Amino acid sequence: MTEATLNMAAAAPQTHKPAAGGREEFAHDITGTVGKPFLDGKDTKFFSRGVNVFYTGNKQAIFDVNVDIGRNEVIAMIGPSGCGKSTFLRCLNRMNDTIAGCRVTGDIRLDGEDIHGKEQDPVLLRARVGMVFQKPNPFPKSIYDNVAYGPRLHGLAANRAELDEIVESSLTKAGLFKEVKDRLQTPGTGLSGGQQQRLCIARTIAVSPEVILMDEPTSALDPIATATIEELIDELRQSFTICIVTHSMQQAARISQRTAYFHMGKLVEVNNTKTVFTNPQHQLTENYITGRFG
Amino acid sequence: MNNTQHTSHQYNQELEAARSKLMTMGGLVETQVTDAIKALLERDSALGEKVSFSDYEINTMEVAIDEQCAEIIARRQPAASDLRLLLTIIKVITDLERIGDEAEKVGRYAVEMTETASYGDLHNSLRHLGEHVKAMLSDTLDALARLDVKQAMQVVSNDQQVDEEFDSITRQLYTRMLEDPRNIKDSLNVTWCARSMERIGDHCKNICEYVIYLVKGKDVRHTNLEKMRDEILGND
Repeated sequence: MTEATLNMAAAAPQTHKPAAGGREEFAHDITGTVGKPFLDGKDTKFFSRGVNVFYTGNKQAIFDVNVDIGRNEVIAMIGPSGCGKSTFLRCLNRMNDTIAGCRVTGDIRLDGEDIHGKEQDPVLLRARVGMVFQKPNPFPKSIYDNVAYGPRLHGLAANRAELDEIVESSLTKAGLFKEVKDRLQTPGTGLSGGQQQRLCIARTIAVSPEVILMDEPTSALDPIATATIEELIDELRQSFTICIVTHSMQQAARISQRTAYFHMGKLVEVNNTKTVFTNPQHQLTENYITGRFG
Repeated sequence: MNNTQHTSHQYNQELEAARSKLMTMGGLVETQVTDAIKALLERDSALGEKVSFSDYEINTMEVAIDEQCAEIIARRQPAASDLRLLLTIIKVITDLERIGDEAEKVGRYAVEMTETASYGDLHNSLRHLGEHVKAMLSDTLDALARLDVKQAMQVVSNDQQVDEEFDSITRQLYTRMLEDPRNIKDSLNVTWCARSMERIGDHCKNICEYVIYLVKGKDVRHTNLEKMRDEILGND
């Protein structure tokens, strides 16, 4: 072996060593959100600035979150358990209002309109900003009634024909109509897990929302049902803005255009998904997506 | 790249194994190049033969490392710096294998040219080119082992000098061939050897560009030196 080879062998580390001349510029502390959290005003669907959430006993769950969510984009929110990603998601349609002792501060606007404004009705807001949860939760009613529930509540259909039309088109958009068209009057709870989740998506779509929030929508599903939902999310992006919280980083990588990484209640990085998964800008993001966290 | 360990120790070990195999392959290639140039300059046909017979070891390592990387990708779905590390390894071993091929060629010509009367003035020029290329390869492997971007950039800029030296040898050979057509056969052999050395320089440059990609996450292939410097230094 030549001298250089020996040097090289000595330099070849047994474990990951810091790159000489490498990533010293990496931020290790969280002083603000790195990457590209903000968008052009015209592309912005949701605008949030200085959002803080406190639970009972003044326990702060999220700290000063500033981010824009784009029109017709899928934004994935990732981070370890308890990092505040679901809490932030629930701020967007004021679901946190339903939790006793929970207080939200900061400025959140949907199409420029303050969602905490005096004239804002949370029920109507939740029709504009629908939500799909981790566990499929169809009502104990027929498939038809599950989907028709929202439109009936909000008076979106003038007659039975219009309601039929809404139910059919919602089920079609959710990719479920073909599978259930002959048994619309059977209970929604009789469907498989993946079908139930698509039924919940159809129920959300039925009230013509602008934004769909999804909180780990496929974590209770098998890989095939997951793939169907992911395919559906990509199609739905044409008509809706989608914010998805997921524990599966591969899922975030597959379906989103932008990814937001939360850590201990702070928004660490927001970037194009490609950047986050190939060359993240913050050390904490890097640690999390490469499995070095904890 | 950072010194924080993966939660999975097995993953650490898998990446480390691929990385250290890459380093071993680098060492092997370096020995081949050193021996090939020595055989050429010292007219050592036994050494030349040894070099051309040993190339298969490098080829075998290339296949094994590729397989190892494919397995890690399939099992772990690496991201960020881990993904860049694996992409870099896969790319670097291709260049290393080609450097091995060039060394093997030089080794073969060294055997053939043992009978050549004299390289004349060319001996010095070839020696100089050989030294330069060996230093470039050694710096490349150092930069790779230490993930040293500055050293990698230095190698990239050195490649131009190797190209110039090769051009100068080519001009000397033209003259030699014009002077006496009986020199043509030997001169062509010398040209192929010089060409192989010049190619080794190019492969070193490629490897250094991958090192920059690995550390900085920026693809600097097919850009000029100025732009590369701006891109890299702009990041510091």
